[in-house]
Amino acid sequence: MFRVVKRTDLTRRKSATFRLLAILAALVTSGVFLMLLGFNPLKVYVSMLDGSFGSAYRFKEAIIKTVPLVVTSLGIAVAFRMKFWNIGAEGQIIMGAFGATYFALFFNQLPAVVLIPLMMLAAIVAGGLWAFIPAFFKAHFGTNETLFTLMMNYIALKWINYLQYGPWKDPKALGFGKIAMFKDNALMPKLFGIHMGWVLAVILVVIMYIFINKTKRGYEIQVIGESENTARYAGMNVKKIILSSLFLSGAICGLVGMFQVSGVNGTLTYQVAGGVGYTAIITTWLAGLSAPVIVIVCFLFAVLQQGGTFIQTAFQIPASAAQLIQGLILFFVLGSEFFVQYRLIIRDGKNPEKVKEAA
Amino acid sequence: MKKLLALMLAVAMISAALLSGCGAGSSGDDSAASTGAKAVKAGFIYIGPIGDGGYTYAHDQGRLFLEKELGAKGVTTTFLENVAEDASSEKAMKDLIDQGCNVIFATSFGYMEYVDRVAKEYPDVKFFHCSGYLSNDTNFVNYFGRIEQTRYLSGIAAALKSKSGKIGYVAAKQIPEVIRGINSFTLGVQSVSPTATVNVKWTDTWYDPTLEKNAATALLNDGCDVIAQHQDTTGPQIAAEEKNAFAIGYNSDSSKAAPKAYITAPIWNWGVYYVDQVQKILDGTWKAENYWGGLKEGVVDLAPITENAAPGTKETVEAIKAKILDGSFNVFAGPIKDQTGAVRVAEGAVMSDEDQLSCKWFVQGVNGKIDK
Repeated sequence: MFRVVKRTDLTRRKSATFRLLAILAALVTSGVFLMLLGFNPLKVYVSMLDGSFGSAYRFKEAIIKTVPLVVTSLGIAVAFRMKFWNIGAEGQIIMGAFGATYFALFFNQLPAVVLIPLMMLAAIVAGGLWAFIPAFFKAHFGTNETLFTLMMNYIALKWINYLQYGPWKDPKALGFGKIAMFKDNALMPKLFGIHMGWVLAVILVVIMYIFINKTKRGYEIQVIGESENTARYAGMNVKKIILSSLFLSGAICGLVGMFQVSGVNGTLTYQVAGGVGYTAIITTWLAGLSAPVIVIVCFLFAVLQQGGTFIQTAFQIPASAAQLIQGLILFFVLGSEFFVQYRLIIRDGKNPEKVKEAA
Repeated sequence: MKKLLALMLAVAMISAALLSGCGAGSSGDDSAASTGAKAVKAGFIYIGPIGDGGYTYAHDQGRLFLEKELGAKGVTTTFLENVAEDASSEKAMKDLIDQGCNVIFATSFGYMEYVDRVAKEYPDVKFFHCSGYLSNDTNFVNYFGRIEQTRYLSGIAAALKSKSGKIGYVAAKQIPEVIRGINSFTLGVQSVSPTATVNVKWTDTWYDPTLEKNAATALLNDGCDVIAQHQDTTGPQIAAEEKNAFAIGYNSDSSKAAPKAYITAPIWNWGVYYVDQVQKILDGTWKAENYWGGLKEGVVDLAPITENAAPGTKETVEAIKAKILDGSFNVFAGPIKDQTGAVRVAEGAVMSDEDQLSCKWFVQGVNGKIDK
C-alpha cells in the first residue's frame, strides 16, 4: 500500500513545520483526554506554563530540573557521536552519586573547600569507570554496548538499594531504610538560590561544544562515528579513543550524581537518578547531539515536567493523568522525527506506476 | 503537504473553539488557587495514590472531611499524590507553599527530615508530620494515633477465626510503628488463643500492590489461614480472597475489595484530628503540640465486623473495646515477654510511651525477625 522513503528534500522550514504540527496534535489529543476528565484544556495548558514561569520559585525549580538533564545529555552526546549507544547514563549517575556519598559520609570532618571537590572527583571517577567497563568489553571482545550499559544500570541500582537497607542504613532512623543526611559541609553552595551545579553545567556546555567541534580528539570522535574503518585507515587508535571517550561520557554523567546528592537531595537514595539517565537519551537525540541545542531541549523538558506537577495541585488532576499528558506530548514529538527523516509514498492500487506523494 | 497542514489547522481551530466554549461552563474550578492571605489553605502530601483503598485513601478522606466541616469558614485544601520519601517530598512541600498553602500535612514517615528542613525555611507555615518523631516548638509537630488499640482488637478477631493457629502478617518497614503494631496484634491473638503464632513477612515498602499480595500468598502457602497487614493497599486481602482464606485489613473499611475474606480492619479517622487542628488555627489558639490520640479521641477505630467473622467475635471485641474506652484496660499492660521468653514488661506495669515509640523487639508468639 505504501512505502517509506528517506527524505532528500529536507529543508529547515519543513522540519520546523512537522515539529510544530506534532506539538499541536499532541495538545489536541491530550485536550480531548482532559475534556473527558472534565477539565478545560486551555486553562490546563496555560497553567502548565504558569507552573514554570508563574513565580521566581517556580522558575528556579525548573532550572533545578534542567541542570541534571543538560549535563547528562552532554555526557551521552559524547558516546552517541561515536555511535556508541550508551544507555547506561542512569547507572553512571547512580555510581557517581555513590562515589560522592562515600566521601560525604566517611570524610565529613574535612572542610567544605576540600570535601566538595573530593566528592566531585569521586563522582567523576566512579561514573567514568561504570561507563569504561562496557567500553572495555566492546573494544576488546565486541560485546553489544546497548545491552551491556543497560544491565549495568540495574547493578548500580541494586547496589545502592543494598547499601540503603544494609551497611549504610542510618542507625538513627530506628530501622527505616535510609542513608543519613549529609552534614552541611558536604552540601554544594548555592548561587542565586540554586546549587552551584548550574554554573558548572553552563561551563560544561561551552567546553563540550569546543571539545567536539574544535579539538583534534573531538574530530576523531566524529570520524569514528561516521566510519570506524576510515578512522583506522587514517591511523587513529580507535580502541583508545573509544575507551577514553566513554570514560569521559560516564564521568560527566557521574558528576550529575554528585549534583543530585549534594546539591538537591542532601543524601543518597536509590531513586537518586530518578529516570534522568533515560530522559536524557531522548533530549540528547532530539537536540541532534549539539551542546547548545541540548540546553534548549532540556529546559523545555523541565518546563513540561514542572508543569505536570503544577497542574496536579492547581486542578487536582491525578498524578497519573498529568504524566499521561507529558507522555502524549513526547510521543507526538518523537513520532514527528520519523516524518522529518522519511516520507510515506502511497501507491495507487490500480496503477502501481503512478505514485502519489503524501505529506 | 499543504492539504494536510490546512486540515490539521482546521481541526486545531475547531477543537480550540470547542474547548474554550466548554471552559466557560466550568470556570471557577480552579478558584481555589486564589484564596485570601488570611484563610487557611492546607496542602497534603501522600505516599501513594488517593485511590489505594488504604492508607492514602484514609488520609484523603480526612482531607475531604476537613473541607466539608470547615469549607464554609474559608478553609481550602489541595494535595500531591505519589510523593517519594526523598528530596521530592521537599520540593512537593515547597510547591504547595508556593501555591499559597500555609498548612502542610506530610503523611508519611520518610518525609520527616525534609519537613524539618522546610519548616526552618518557612517559619510562617505550619507543618504536621504523620508518624515521625521530630518536631519543634513553633511550627512543626508530629501526629499519630494509637492504632495498636484497635490492632489488638483485630488480633482477637483473627485468632477466633484461625483454625490452623497460624496467622500471617504482611509488614512494611522495620520501624517501631510497625513493630509495636505487630506486637499489639499478637497480644490480641494470644489473649484468646495462647498457642497461636503470628508469622511476619517484610516487604520494605509501604505501597506496592503486587509485592504486598505476593508476600501474603507466600504466607498462605506456608499454612496461615488469616492474613493481617501493615501495608497501604488491599493486596494482601485479595490474596486471602483468592486462596479462600480470611483477612484483617488496615487503614480503611475495605469490605468491597475482598468481600469473602475481609473480617474487619483497624482504621483511621484522620478527619477528627485535621478539623480539630485547623479549627484551632482559625481561632488563633493553635500551639505546637505533638499528638497521639486513640480510640477515645476517635482518631482510630475498628471497622464494622463482617459476616466472615467467627460467631461471638463481635461480643468479645466490644467488651474489650469498652474497657479500653473507660481506661480499665491497656493493650501494653504486663506481663509481656519477648521472643526469647524474657519478661520485658512486668506484671502490673504498663509499657511507657517512650518504650512503645522506640520498640525494636517482638513479643513472644511472633514468628519473624528484626534486622539489627
